[in-house]
Amino acid sequence: MTLAGCSSTGGKRAEDARKAAASQGKSTVSTPRWTFAMVTHSGDGDTFWDIVQNGAREAAAKDNINFVYSHHDEAQQQAQLVDAAIDKEVDGIIVTLAKPAAMKSALERARKAGIPVITVNSGSAESKEFGALTHIGQDETVAGEAVGTELNERGRRSAVCVLHEQGNVGHEQRCAGAKKTFEGRMTNLYVDGTNMPDVQASIVSKLQADRDIDAVVTLGAPFADTAVKAKQDAGSKAEIDTFDLNEKVAAGLKSGDLGFAVDQQPYLQGYEAVDLLWLFKYNADVLGGGKPVLTGPQIVTKDQAAELEDYTKRGTR
Amino acid sequence: MSATAPAAPAPGGAGPDERLGRTSPLRRLMGRPELGSVVGALAVFLFFAVVADSFLRAASLSTVLYAASTIGIMAVPVALLMIGGEFDLSAGVMVTSSALVSSMFSYQMTANVWVGVGVSLLVTLAIGVFNGFMLTRTGLPSFIITLGTFLMLTGLNLGFTKLISGTVSTKSIADMEGFASAKSVFASTLTLGGVNFKITILWWFALVGVATWLLLRTRAGNWIFAVGGGKDAARAVGVPVARTKIGLYMGVAFGAWIAGQHLLFSFDVVQSGEGVGNELIYIIAAVIGGCLITGGYGSAIGSAVGALIFGMTSKGIVFAEWNPDWFKFFLGAMLLLATLLNAWVRKRAEATT
Repeated sequence: MTLAGCSSTGGKRAEDARKAAASQGKSTVSTPRWTFAMVTHSGDGDTFWDIVQNGAREAAAKDNINFVYSHHDEAQQQAQLVDAAIDKEVDGIIVTLAKPAAMKSALERARKAGIPVITVNSGSAESKEFGALTHIGQDETVAGEAVGTELNERGRRSAVCVLHEQGNVGHEQRCAGAKKTFEGRMTNLYVDGTNMPDVQASIVSKLQADRDIDAVVTLGAPFADTAVKAKQDAGSKAEIDTFDLNEKVAAGLKSGDLGFAVDQQPYLQGYEAVDLLWLFKYNADVLGGGKPVLTGPQIVTKDQAAELEDYTKRGTR
Repeated sequence: MSATAPAAPAPGGAGPDERLGRTSPLRRLMGRPELGSVVGALAVFLFFAVVADSFLRAASLSTVLYAASTIGIMAVPVALLMIGGEFDLSAGVMVTSSALVSSMFSYQMTANVWVGVGVSLLVTLAIGVFNGFMLTRTGLPSFIITLGTFLMLTGLNLGFTKLISGTVSTKSIADMEGFASAKSVFASTLTLGGVNFKITILWWFALVGVATWLLLRTRAGNWIFAVGGGKDAARAVGVPVARTKIGLYMGVAFGAWIAGQHLLFSFDVVQSGEGVGNELIYIIAAVIGGCLITGGYGSAIGSAVGALIFGMTSKGIVFAEWNPDWFKFFLGAMLLLATLLNAWVRKRAEATT
């Protein structure tokens, strides 16, 4: 049935088909149309947060929720966005606490206004203290520790942890966690995440400077691919491992370019947050019993790569 | 110089200078640098009032004003600096530096928080003096000088914080002496008719008032317009060019100090990597408000209107429930429109005088 010259796989048509299938997801509940706002600390155009949003939107469609998303990477601006959501008198707020101190008063305001709040992704330590119902996410230190253990199992001796955002507390926790459980030597390398050529050059020079390095751990999926290129440039034998998943990482795992990836399942963070808020409003349900609900770390390797590739393509893993 | 002229009208009696005597109120209005931005602000306001039903609530407007004030506090001195013909790319991180200094000094010395606040004022002003002094001494463009300061401050912020606190953010000083009173000065909330207003709005209005008075009623104001219009001509008629420029950089530093203390006292702890990129937002607010990039023209009120447009757009998109992906596009379009409108209004005003 395919027309000559058309690709029978992939491309825009496949994407449209997926979207059509997704939009079939009609609401399955008859609760009123509540509005939930999600305010994250994401920068512009971050693939990770796209996946979180996909999860949240699909849960929102199912739960008959009007889902509103906004984001800002400056703490003060993010707090103001939460203020704006409270002014709008939304029925629930989902928020990230990457910079917890900045969000404290905004969450206090939400509590006074009687708006339930769920924190996702970052801020597991502060979530309860700030009066949120539940925290859904990955404990960054635990995730880091999992990486250290995995590196031990793979017999690595000298690793470098590539931080692409100087000043991000979660990133520091990941590398510190990995350092804690890793029995070999681990050093931190700071790179400018907004400047990819610079990232590549930095990793190359690090690998050239220290020939003993046999593992590179990047903290974000887009940087894994860059690290693979850097490894080739430097003629190094190091194994590249990464936090987070995307299509390229899945392909890299499959081809063996990458050793393993630590997934915190962003889709789950968005989906569960909306669903739990709905459950709370509908049935006063709370999950976790005051403890964070962990969505990770899940270590994925070559074994799961083929399956994951499909899911990363549709933007849900 | 057109911005200063309307401020000294000759009411009633025939003015000795016919250029002033014949100025009609309408023409005087047309000559104001902020006219274009006021028209723009009204348009943005009406637009969001129609599109977003929760925009007109008092609480929403207070949120918008707060957002505008955090930009506006810096946009005022940045506008003055631009009128004086210079830029400051270090303004964004300077805010973070200022907050870091007060927090870390108070914590490490276990001093009363106000001591840290005072030290921070001195350090921040010193950065301003450094910028101004380097500029006037080396003759290099302000773009280069302040870009250098920007990078150095970014590095110092991270480096010092990590060195002293061991992490990338400072430790909380909320339980220290003087915190409560400092918080009430820099980060309190006033309730007016059941609506909460952040105190930064007052700081902002006060700065706009002082800056407007300075620009239009004092000799220093004339100097600022003169050095921005033509440095050499100004020097020839006896304007202290170097002193004026250093003073302008100190003004920016003072604004950074206020904004920095607000950041510290509203959030208790400061993240060392913040502030990068904000310098452009302050400049955009000043330009939307009618400041010329080439200097010599503009107003403090204009910068406030520019900040207000910024606040309305960034929060209006939330109230309207739009996809924030488009925010930067709106901002860019608004910047272009405001600048074009300004240029057009000024051309008309100049053609008819």
